[in-house]
Amino acid sequence: MSDALQLTRPELVCPAGTPASLRTAVDAGADAVYCGLQNETNARNFPGLNFTAAEVEQSLAYAHARNAKVLLAVNTFPPAGKFQMWRDAVDAAARMKVDAVIVADMGVADYAARTYPDLRLHLSVQAGASSPEAIRFYCGQFGIKRVVLPRMLTVAEISELHSQIPCEIEAFIFGNIGMMAEGRCYLSNYVTGQSTNMDGVCSPAADVHYEEDAARNLTTRLGDYVIDRFAGGESAGYPTICKGRYLCGARNDPYYAFEEPVSLNLSALLPDLMRAGVTALKIEGRQRSRAYVKSVVGAFRKAVDDIMAGREAAFASLLALTEGRRETEGAFPSKRWR
Amino acid sequence: MTVRASKSELTLGPVLFNWQPERWRDFYFRIADEAPVETVYLGEVVCFKRAPLFDDYREEVAARLKSVGKTIVRSTLAEVMSKQERQMIDEVCAGPDMVEANDGSALLRLRGRPHHAGPFINVYNERTLAVLAANGVRNACLPPEMPASAIRTLAPEAAKLGVTLEVQVFGRIGLALSARCYHARAHGRTKDTCQFICNVDPDGMTLRTLEGKPFLTVNGIQTMSQDYLNLAGELADLQDMGVARYRLSPHSCDMVAVATIFRDALDRRIDATEATARLAAFDLDAPFSDGFYRGKRGHSWSHAVTSRSAN
Repeated sequence: MSDALQLTRPELVCPAGTPASLRTAVDAGADAVYCGLQNETNARNFPGLNFTAAEVEQSLAYAHARNAKVLLAVNTFPPAGKFQMWRDAVDAAARMKVDAVIVADMGVADYAARTYPDLRLHLSVQAGASSPEAIRFYCGQFGIKRVVLPRMLTVAEISELHSQIPCEIEAFIFGNIGMMAEGRCYLSNYVTGQSTNMDGVCSPAADVHYEEDAARNLTTRLGDYVIDRFAGGESAGYPTICKGRYLCGARNDPYYAFEEPVSLNLSALLPDLMRAGVTALKIEGRQRSRAYVKSVVGAFRKAVDDIMAGREAAFASLLALTEGRRETEGAFPSKRWR
Repeated sequence: MTVRASKSELTLGPVLFNWQPERWRDFYFRIADEAPVETVYLGEVVCFKRAPLFDDYREEVAARLKSVGKTIVRSTLAEVMSKQERQMIDEVCAGPDMVEANDGSALLRLRGRPHHAGPFINVYNERTLAVLAANGVRNACLPPEMPASAIRTLAPEAAKLGVTLEVQVFGRIGLALSARCYHARAHGRTKDTCQFICNVDPDGMTLRTLEGKPFLTVNGIQTMSQDYLNLAGELADLQDMGVARYRLSPHSCDMVAVATIFRDALDRRIDATEATARLAAFDLDAPFSDGFYRGKRGHSWSHAVTSRSAN
């Protein structure tokens, strides 16, 4: 097929919350794996997750021996007085020669670019750069080589964007779909006192409460606020503010004011994304299990290879792995989502 | 009214809600005539679709504010993706007035000339501020979740860079932005077919939890706090840190009176208790908060005095 010839082989970028997950992702066919250190310097700062510097180093050896890359996310925003921790993370990344550092804060990007001119920088989705001009600002300022796009653009918009920016594009294709513009959401801090931007935390487990009544209805709470309620037997989602059910004057019944608890699945749009000029396809889920990583990475590895070979990409159902077992193509197919 | 010369400037942030154009115009006329604010931020920050609604009055309002000695700063859109949004950025940045950037597109356009960084630009630390200062940023309105500890560390560094700091001290807090319009969604519409339904809620639309507890406020693509930020009790502390500008975010309540209260508090004519008691006399329909500033849950409030109708 002529289609197959025109496409550039995209990089499959996969999540790793632990060294074991990283090895699983590499074995399942990841071209690159992204991970974070065990502190506030990355946006998945959860207990029991992430890597020590020594583990990153061992993981690099494992991945490089199998022709895969390791990207380190240093993608939160250091508040004044705490910059040293982020500086240390960048220093460690440079010393270990990770394949790229994923940055969001301008100060962190500036430190990395000036101190280690050869260190490859990717712009995190947390930087919220959603227009050609914003992306060009970061590229010009810090020599960014790749931008991770917010999950708010349509495929057509991504295609147009591609010709207007001097860097590669990485786009999310599967996993949790955050409804709020990344890097600009204080909802978690508003309710729990833990900041997504400064602490790398969203909906911390310590503030999550499940309450079951006599009729076995389950109420989920975050801090002082009810996020959702489920009838007996209904599968209950983790209480995330932007996936909750609320009341408002314009409606009679409770409704998902922001989004229903669905996951992003762009498997059907993969060829379109590749034609749009997307260099790297990103799977979300550093907090997910090894079994999840294995299934999802394996399925997308096969799909990308099939498309590159001009074959129809057949997906084993990924639906069982999606949040609430429901999936969406989100903003990507059309503007009607907005 | 004479604006009292003081090191601490009172500013009026952009109107974030979709008010009827005449109401919007008259609001600013009254601000021009009566409010003790030095700087007024003008421009649509939340939704590009709203901007043309104010075309008939924007320059008239700007001229009126300038004629009484107010400084005008044009605020840009916080979220920029589409052609129309990008064009809006170009137009605002091409004007002769000082501009406050609220996204990276505006930062690119304004590079090399003096400008402001708005609260939607993530300025959390001195190194970020240094990057922006080198590009021409002269004033930075900090993100609302910045705790006092970080502001205290940042302020002397900002002074070395020649950048003044600004902190929001009154009004609902912008908590999140989205590509999707939640006003339209609540009314069964989409952003493209919204018919400007956000204009029915002059202070935003309240979301309640399933228990009926007021929680958040929807303002188009923006999600805001339910409570009103009130840092009247922290002004002396902020002045001591060296914060130069104090931002009031406009609401449908009497903003001239709000400005007068904060001016009096900044000038120590009234104390924090008196200021909050006077603010609580407004019918705000929501409690106060100061949690972010204190490094606690953003919705929390440290004082005993609460808004009259809070309970």
